[in-house]
Amino acid sequence: MLVEEIMNTNVISLSPDSSIEEALKLLNHYHIRHIPIVDENDQVIGIVSDRDVRDASPSIFTSGDHFRELQHRIKTIMSHPVHTIHPLDFVEEIAAIFYEHEFACLPVVRNNKLVGMVTEKDMLYTMIQLTGTNVQSSQIEVKVPHRAGILPEVASIFGKRKTNITSVLIYPYKDDPNFKILVFRFQTMNPLPIIEDLKAADYEVLWPNSQVSKDE
Amino acid sequence: MNKEQAAFIYSEAFTDYHFNSDHPFNQQRVVMTKELLEAEGQLKENHLIKPRTATVEELALVHDKRYIEAVIKASNGNLSQEEGWKFGLGTEDTPMFSNMHESASLLVGGTLTAVDTVLNKQASHALNLGGGLHHGFKRKASGFCIYNDGAVAIKYIRENYNLRVLYVDTDAHHGDGVQALFYDDPEVCTLSIHETGRYLFPGTGNINERGLKTGYGYTFNFPIDAFTEDESYLSVYESAFKEVAEYFQPDVIITQNGVDAHCYDPLTHLCSTMKTFEQIPLLARRLANQYCEGRWIALGGGGYDIWRVVPRAWGQLWSVMLTGEIITGRLPASWKAKWEQLSPVSLPDDWHDASDIYQKIPRKLEITEKNEKMLQQCLQYCRNKKHFNSVHCEK
Repeated sequence: MLVEEIMNTNVISLSPDSSIEEALKLLNHYHIRHIPIVDENDQVIGIVSDRDVRDASPSIFTSGDHFRELQHRIKTIMSHPVHTIHPLDFVEEIAAIFYEHEFACLPVVRNNKLVGMVTEKDMLYTMIQLTGTNVQSSQIEVKVPHRAGILPEVASIFGKRKTNITSVLIYPYKDDPNFKILVFRFQTMNPLPIIEDLKAADYEVLWPNSQVSKDE
Repeated sequence: MNKEQAAFIYSEAFTDYHFNSDHPFNQQRVVMTKELLEAEGQLKENHLIKPRTATVEELALVHDKRYIEAVIKASNGNLSQEEGWKFGLGTEDTPMFSNMHESASLLVGGTLTAVDTVLNKQASHALNLGGGLHHGFKRKASGFCIYNDGAVAIKYIRENYNLRVLYVDTDAHHGDGVQALFYDDPEVCTLSIHETGRYLFPGTGNINERGLKTGYGYTFNFPIDAFTEDESYLSVYESAFKEVAEYFQPDVIITQNGVDAHCYDPLTHLCSTMKTFEQIPLLARRLANQYCEGRWIALGGGGYDIWRVVPRAWGQLWSVMLTGEIITGRLPASWKAKWEQLSPVSLPDDWHDASDIYQKIPRKLEITEKNEKMLQQCLQYCRNKKHFNSVHCEK
């Protein structure tokens, strides 16, 4: 999956000479937490977060209507240089950037121009889509030996039952490198025939019904 | 005309809704329930009402015309597998079969008959055990359901009677089809208690699914943990139903009484016993009397141990509708003798379950605690709103 498929392209940005007050208004109005700062060529030269703006704002205990602090130019508080990504980067790769650098958002740049933004929330949303938990399905987990060709063998059992698989994940099995856990989400209300087929083919079905057996 | 306490919508043709002999959805359970109640002396000729067949226009209250046309084609054997896929037809869950349109329309018609019987004041309560097919979507069959009778009935009530409907779904699976069809409607409140979607179909029904736009705050989901037992189930059910009814102030209540939360049920992982299915209708009746002058329509739904669970559980539902009390003691010998010959498992002796019909659940404490936490979190919404309204009104 590519960044261009998940990025937000309606980006709210500011010029370096805008006031902090303008930034505060935009953050509140659009419910966003970051504003990229761009020059006249749309090139990203900095970024401000809601925390940067808050640090530069007067305390809530200060009284008065007009605050001089808020009239400072945004470039005086922006962070730079900015870590940016490209629309053709892989989502998996940028997940690692988020994790390592503890960023909460990344501007997307093509030909030195700002074209989008990806936030932590967009990343999580994408992960939810990848797990398939957001669509109608049942889930089962199968423990299999870690060897070539195992996935199509197990998946063919679903195909024979005319059952559509909505997502597949492959987990490590505890610390044992000789096994993997295959997690299938698939569209049926009655997983019993598939569970029986899997067992008949000598695969170990970990869930459902392995923790406590009902009716025995 | 004298008003009856309760009406039992019934036709032998309910069993025509039949996918194939290996399929877990088996309407023979409705026949078994009816015969059990007759043997018990609880069901008489004057309680029975024949279902009508829903018209295509009525189905179109919630279903897409193209979907209905596809079902009609499938019904006549004229729908290709390729065409069927996009409508969820021809899968293992909802295979095509001849006359599927007619038999599914009869189940919907049965629910509409139940609605008219109650709203035209022929009876206080009405029961259609052939209905409750809550996984039917606007343009898709799923989870053994073709047409969504509960949803058609709700729309029918909205258009013809203009009443506010509370829909309460205690099937072990999430009532996703009904929820989706009224997700943005503030005049219809849906409440579903189900096993969490972590492993079980359809996987949805999280507590954060609360509705959309003006319908926000009129969808309630109470996902309970696998291996939940009677006590915790009933604590969630009673608190949820009471508080949501008080919050929504319904004019009519529709309950979907799937009985697959029982520990014997092969498709789910909940551990209820008959005790749960005795209490569920008692509270529904009480709240229908309290808020809706008795207007209560109950539907069937899931239930895949058709031998030991469904006839007793649905029998108690009818008994409560008719008399306000549950049946106790032994099952009628004549009924047991007849069906025992056909059953692959031995049938129970009593209306109640013994306390030792399943293995002790090792994680009981944690499960109860998690369910309680989920309940409080979900109900916080109507509590906040109630608090807000009371403050607002004082001003």
